[in-house]
Amino acid sequence: MRMITYCDAINEALIQEMERDPSVFIYGIGVPDHKKIFGTTKGILEKFGPARCFDTPIAEDSMTGLALGAAINGLRPIHVHIRVDFLLLAMNQIANLISSFSYGCGGAAGAPLVIRAIVGRGWGQGFQHSKSMHGTFAKIPGLKVICPTTPEDAKGLMITAIRDNDPVLVFEHRWLYWQTGEVAKDSFTIPLGRGRVVKEGKDLTIVATSWMNVEALHAARILERHGVDVEIIDPRSIVPLDEEIIVNSVNKTGRCLVADNDWTYCGFSAEVAALVSSRCFGRLHAPVERLGFAQTPCPTVRRLENVFYPNAEKIVRRVEKMTGLAPIDLSGEVFYSHENRFKGPF
Amino acid sequence: MKHLSIELYKKMFLIRSAELQIQEIYAQDEMKTPMHMSMGEEAIVAGVVGALNAEDQVLGTYRSHALYLAKTGDTERFYAEMFGKVGGCARGKAGSMHLSALGQGLLCCSAIVASGIPVAMGAAFANKYKNNGKRVAVFFGDGAMDEGVFWETINFCGLHKLPILFICEDNGFAVHTRREKRQRFSSDHQLFENFGIKAFEENTTDPEIIYNTTRNALNHLQTTGQPCFLRFHYYRYLEHVGINEDFDAGYRDREEFLAWREKDPLRMQRQKLLGQGVSLALIEALEHEINAKVEAGIRFARQSSFPAECETYQGVFQCA
Repeated sequence: MRMITYCDAINEALIQEMERDPSVFIYGIGVPDHKKIFGTTKGILEKFGPARCFDTPIAEDSMTGLALGAAINGLRPIHVHIRVDFLLLAMNQIANLISSFSYGCGGAAGAPLVIRAIVGRGWGQGFQHSKSMHGTFAKIPGLKVICPTTPEDAKGLMITAIRDNDPVLVFEHRWLYWQTGEVAKDSFTIPLGRGRVVKEGKDLTIVATSWMNVEALHAARILERHGVDVEIIDPRSIVPLDEEIIVNSVNKTGRCLVADNDWTYCGFSAEVAALVSSRCFGRLHAPVERLGFAQTPCPTVRRLENVFYPNAEKIVRRVEKMTGLAPIDLSGEVFYSHENRFKGPF
Repeated sequence: MKHLSIELYKKMFLIRSAELQIQEIYAQDEMKTPMHMSMGEEAIVAGVVGALNAEDQVLGTYRSHALYLAKTGDTERFYAEMFGKVGGCARGKAGSMHLSALGQGLLCCSAIVASGIPVAMGAAFANKYKNNGKRVAVFFGDGAMDEGVFWETINFCGLHKLPILFICEDNGFAVHTRREKRQRFSSDHQLFENFGIKAFEENTTDPEIIYNTTRNALNHLQTTGQPCFLRFHYYRYLEHVGINEDFDAGYRDREEFLAWREKDPLRMQRQKLLGQGVSLALIEALEHEINAKVEAGIRFARQSSFPAECETYQGVFQCA
């Protein structure tokens, strides 16, 4: 099969769905400009024209209302935000109107719309260009929330999201855009609410979201050399959540570490910890542990940013604590290496 | 002309009659939903909705009893929703503030000031995208014009020439605060012209003037593609929320109300009909028929059952 990047997988999903269904359109700040949302919207304006691919004023609130109204009237909008942080300007529409539209009309109709939001990180993104907050949106009933990690998931889940009759928020980590993987050329779907076993193992389960899967895999390779066999579960969709894949894994391994690409406090990691405590209590050999952003705004300077973000090294150290493993000498390992690849301004 | 006068009177009478019944029975506490009454604004909704085609679409606010009744003519699902019954337009889940009738073109009523306005823009965008000829009219109060999202929407609709009418039902108050304490701008005309939107304004309780103004706006939209902003002044008879008068609260004078009540839209239109030679017997027969429909709606609501408890969990998603 062909290898393509996460970015190209998104682009392919968008183009294939727009070819298939004339009611799909895509818009947002910068969507048709020369930067093409880091490449994910390339070729769309040229192929489908300005009626189906257009730029907007800097007006996130009203432009989100546009999605809802268009969806009520039979279109399938895709609204793009180059940072999750900007999406917060649309919170009223999302939390007060979109999420409750179906319920508020007694289920008579839904709001089939997609909101894509990119999670920034590195090169000084700072506290207003780095949020993820998938857990914040996930706690609002009526919204579906997905965090694709691999190119294949990016394509398959995006197509499912576009075809879904409910509002779906897609959180795309900027650093995943360069990941390559095997992706079928033809259109395909991956159902929402099904997690993926990223790596099988028997000693400890890491439930990882988005970029944290990359870190978890890195950590797992180190731990493997020291006799700890880690299983990694990527839930892929936060709402609906594949509870069974998490519960089955933890029942097998007896240990659970949640590595979430978000703040831990009142976050998705707490939700998974509660789930595991409730359903795997008798099988646990250690308390559930969590890793996520430091409970601070995101600092701009790299030295502090490295403290703010969880990574493979922190996962290894936490697993040592959970398994009683002697401290591993990590002096030969390179961490935060992606930081060196990622150059600004974006 | 006489036909139009009668039709507009019927729409207004239905609204007034339905709300008088709410006033009458609200104290029995069967309708546990915050009532934002339309009383006093009947002419606006009757005139605007009367000028629209049946397939045109409307969106409203938490104060939309009048809009629902004028657009649908239905009383059963209306009252069942007020009573929280499964026969309601949203199966009892929405109440007075969130009426809808998707099949009849009432798309959404939101209780967050101005938040339905961009949704209306989206509906208009879709109608233009599909080139189906439908128009959208979105209703809001003058308080909504304090919100940023209103101006965002005005800008985009003017820029993209969307088929939409902005209907400002101006009662001079945002809850209890007068316009002059909230807004610096005064001239709609200049303001909206800069956005490529034509402004209209009427200070009347005559639904036929409102009907004709709306027709003019629709013609303007048809010929130029420009959206229109229509400001219609009225006086809210009752408190912001609730079924009672509130002239003892100190923020407005009863004298103001009495001056408006002199030109009460229902009374004026009834006099007009009589002046046009419509017989009192015919008017009374129409009124009787509408009152009977209102009473039938209340009976339906009382007989309808409450939603089953399992309904709490239903309708969150279309596909679970």
